[in-house]
Amino acid sequence: MNDGRKQSHATRLTRWLVGGPPLLFLLLLVAVPGAIMVLASFRYPGEFGGLAPLFADAQTLHGVTTETYRFFFSDFIYTEVFLKSFGMALATTLICLVMAYPLAMLIARSPKRNRNLMMLLVILPFTSNFLIGIYAWMIILGPQAALNHAINALLGAFGAAPVQLLFSPFAVLIVMVYVYLPFMVLPLYTNLEKHDPLLLDAAQDLGANAWQRFWRVTFPLSRPGIFAGCALVFIPAIGMFLVPELVGGTGDIMIGNLIKEQFLATRDWPFGSTLAILLTLAVLLVLWIVAKLSARGGRYA
Amino acid sequence: MALLELRNVTRRFGDFAAVDDVSLSIEAGEFFTLLGPSGSGKTTILRMIAGFDFPDAGQILLDGKDLADTPAEKRPIHTVFQSYALFPHLSVADNISFPLRMARRDPAEIRKRLTAALEQVRLSGKADRYPHELSGGQQQRVALARALVNRPRLLLLDESLGALDAKLREEMQVELINLQREVGITFVFVTHAQVEALALSHRIAVMNQGRVEQVDEPARLYGFPRNRFVADFIGHINMMEAQVAAAGHSHLHLAVAGLGEIVTPLQKDVAVGDKGVFAIRPEQVRIGLQADLAELKNHFPGEVHSLLYQGDVSVYRVRLPNGKVVEALLPNAAPGRAELFRMGAVIKVGWRHDAGVFLHE
Repeated sequence: MNDGRKQSHATRLTRWLVGGPPLLFLLLLVAVPGAIMVLASFRYPGEFGGLAPLFADAQTLHGVTTETYRFFFSDFIYTEVFLKSFGMALATTLICLVMAYPLAMLIARSPKRNRNLMMLLVILPFTSNFLIGIYAWMIILGPQAALNHAINALLGAFGAAPVQLLFSPFAVLIVMVYVYLPFMVLPLYTNLEKHDPLLLDAAQDLGANAWQRFWRVTFPLSRPGIFAGCALVFIPAIGMFLVPELVGGTGDIMIGNLIKEQFLATRDWPFGSTLAILLTLAVLLVLWIVAKLSARGGRYA
Repeated sequence: MALLELRNVTRRFGDFAAVDDVSLSIEAGEFFTLLGPSGSGKTTILRMIAGFDFPDAGQILLDGKDLADTPAEKRPIHTVFQSYALFPHLSVADNISFPLRMARRDPAEIRKRLTAALEQVRLSGKADRYPHELSGGQQQRVALARALVNRPRLLLLDESLGALDAKLREEMQVELINLQREVGITFVFVTHAQVEALALSHRIAVMNQGRVEQVDEPARLYGFPRNRFVADFIGHINMMEAQVAAAGHSHLHLAVAGLGEIVTPLQKDVAVGDKGVFAIRPEQVRIGLQADLAELKNHFPGEVHSLLYQGDVSVYRVRLPNGKVVEALLPNAAPGRAELFRMGAVIKVGWRHDAGVFLHE
């Protein structure tokens, strides 16, 4: 009895030692700043940036307001940026999914000894700086580059007007897909690699052709991988500011750019905080809906 | 015409012939078993029948039609896999109706057949459960129902009872026999468990190193093994070197060095002077005092060497004058631990003249 209590003491200590540091880290660097953001969003901007004082004089508290939220919903332009960002992130996610799925399946079904090498190739872009990758794309998509010339020559042959690739939503999408593709491949591969090949044999044995085997067995079993991959791409993609800033046109700004602008250019901290909070809420809402949808019919462990 | 016929089927993996010139014919309605140790080629044969592997030579015919160009999904042959291979993301009902959906049966018929199949395997209350919520025996029954629901011409069972514990296994054996009788579908069962094969099958093909050693009904296979491998693989058997000394019109007389003469039934293809082994099952060997065994043609002195109590039976190991030890099986009909003879006791060993078999080297 005494022994058991000692042991549970030790277990509890171990648990704190293991879980404590990351918990402290998250508390200090996520929860606290998050709370500061929430509070900031309900205050007035200071005259020279930052926040206005909470008390106008010693007696009157006037620094708390819902002004920024009203402001956001009063002008459709902000909602529009939200919707556009949403659309861009969604398009990025879907293109990544369509491209990553066959690749992940190919890797998962190749001989075991080749799989690690193939996965290494997938994450190889991470070894070079992300910014350098984007600059490379700026050169590839640039108006003087062969790609743009070739496309315009082709369009000209059909009598269509020439286009500019760089500084367009198209460029944003291409580079976003480039940046996030590995994040889709990884969870999909991890999921597909675990599938029991015997299930496909069983399906074939019971009369399923190749197409049916995919849609009836592989695809539904890979839903957790699809969900994880989409979340890993969609969430960072919707808040992305660097890619639209570097390769997008003036009309292609996303919420990330808007938030950055509020803090660094306009110096309106409360509105910047409001935008950040609304973004977080929107992402959580999307995740919740997707989780609800994917949970339906998938009661298996 | 046989339902399924294998004609000189050979399958090589590199230099190794996993299946070596095998010919078999399986009749409609039969419960046919491929029995053999691992690596004997029985699973390769099953995979070729199912369409997951293809013969390098020879033909597989179903209803007289060569299956070579029919892919697995088009063969009216369904399999119960060793690990069941139930779809984890589908409920019991969806698992069972899977082959019906693949065959594009109309919804009303799917519902009707699903209900009947669930009833047949006594899982009507579990239709909405998922495989991981079921016990091993229940999963096995789902796999059976799923493979039978679209009424295949042939049902293949790949070591299908292997994953169950001993007690459940016996229950499932009974269930399997009843089910096969009920549905009338031809079963081809692959197993390395000879007890299971004997209990379930109408006929058994014993396989060894890619070849069929013997095809027979269980009782004939057990009683009249054709060679040493079959004799040794199925059940327990005593063997001793022997030479044919004389052949009468109904009996063979075998000479055993250091022991004397053994009388055993006449067999085909045996000539005087042939060398081989005399084989006899432990339950055919009787032990006792002089008087008990006097009427037996074959009786020899012996000494109790060891005794193995197994509950239902006791196995006595008796040393013969030539040093050879034979096993004798005695049922423990009386309650309590029966110990008829102590170790070291000098007794008599004997067997009937119509027991045992002579096997060529």
